Amino acid sequence: MYAFDFEKPSTIAEAVAALKDEDAQALSGGQTLLPTLKQRLASPSKLVSLGGIAEMQGICHNDAGQICIGAATPHARVAAEVAGDYPALAALAGGIGDPAVRNRGTIGGSLANNDPSACYPSAALASGAVIVTNARQIAADEYFQGMFATALDEGEIITEVRFPVPQSAAYVKFEQPASRFALVGVFVARFADGVRVAVTGASENGVFRWAEAEAALSANFAADALDGLSLPADGMIADLHGSAAYRAHLVAVLTKRAVANAS
Amino acid sequence: MTEIQMTVNGKAVRGTVEGRTLLVNFLREDLRLTGTHVGCDTSQCGACTVHVNGVSVKACTMLAADADGADVRTIEGMAAADGTLSALQQAFQDHHGLQCGFCTPGMVMTAAALLKENPKPTEAEVRHYLEGNICRCTGYHNIVKAILAASGQDVSAIAAE
Repeated sequence: MYAFDFEKPSTIAEAVAALKDEDAQALSGGQTLLPTLKQRLASPSKLVSLGGIAEMQGICHNDAGQICIGAATPHARVAAEVAGDYPALAALAGGIGDPAVRNRGTIGGSLANNDPSACYPSAALASGAVIVTNARQIAADEYFQGMFATALDEGEIITEVRFPVPQSAAYVKFEQPASRFALVGVFVARFADGVRVAVTGASENGVFRWAEAEAALSANFAADALDGLSLPADGMIADLHGSAAYRAHLVAVLTKRAVANAS
Repeated sequence: MTEIQMTVNGKAVRGTVEGRTLLVNFLREDLRLTGTHVGCDTSQCGACTVHVNGVSVKACTMLAADADGADVRTIEGMAAADGTLSALQQAFQDHHGLQCGFCTPGMVMTAAALLKENPKPTEAEVRHYLEGNICRCTGYHNIVKAILAASGQDVSAIAAE
């Protein structure tokens, strides 16, 4: 790693001020950022750890019935604490990486990075979550803007993520066994006013909603409602783990499995 | 440079580190606690697993400065002061849960975290929990057996591998 300064503020306001320095970078759990720095793919002048900010930790419910997760809450805690209220979200969090990674990695870090194969973006998009920052609230539909691209401005920090709770939901991940990222992952969430289907790992533009599947499932929430639906291979990720056509095929298969598993 | 202090294996320690100093380097090079190993340095292999504030983390993927004020436990803190092995360590020895031993510190720390969360895991739960710890020698069978034995379960029916 190139050398950098380190700061660990204890409030959001202090963190925002610390990030005003040129080339300062926020550090959450570091499970992606530190490996990136080791490879010298980034050279921030300063890392601002968000791990000491109490107001960004923990899980609660608001008056609208949403689950509010502090952005610096690690995956392990989400897996343990939302299991009763939103089992699909808990299962997703409990399937990221491995136990030690889940003890450090955070929901805010994952969403800020927006890796095209990360799990959390699919949950946020399928749930219609609200991304709360130090400055504003961003709907998930506006937040994700392509591979590693988000609506966040320079120095803007995710402080909380609010999840509406669907009637039923499931996340199914076809795991890349070495990295444990999603080769493809599909999150299906059924709400009173319709079904949302979000796909991660597949598209070169990052997480996306599969509109045709949503329409079919909103009319009839059953795996066979998806019969005959497919996605084109154009724009899908192709690498040594799977071709674009393979990923497109997986999306349809995993969406059916998610519908069958939804609870 | 940043001044840090933390508790390591029950002892208060302090040091001066660069921002980029990893927790594992602080443990190994500053504190000379070389039981915690660096295998892959990419958070894949788990040989560097330690406990920070009671939960397992990969010490190669956490900054020492971010552990300021933390309660850290390493493999050196697992045995009693007189050198008597913990039940988990003893089970690794009794059931031949290691060959070269390089991954063992991380395996023991991960297994200790598992047994704290889940005192009587099934074999499948043990194998699943070890997904972030890689062993190149044993094929895992005896590691799993040792952990099951340390949890107080009868492993006599599991064949020696």
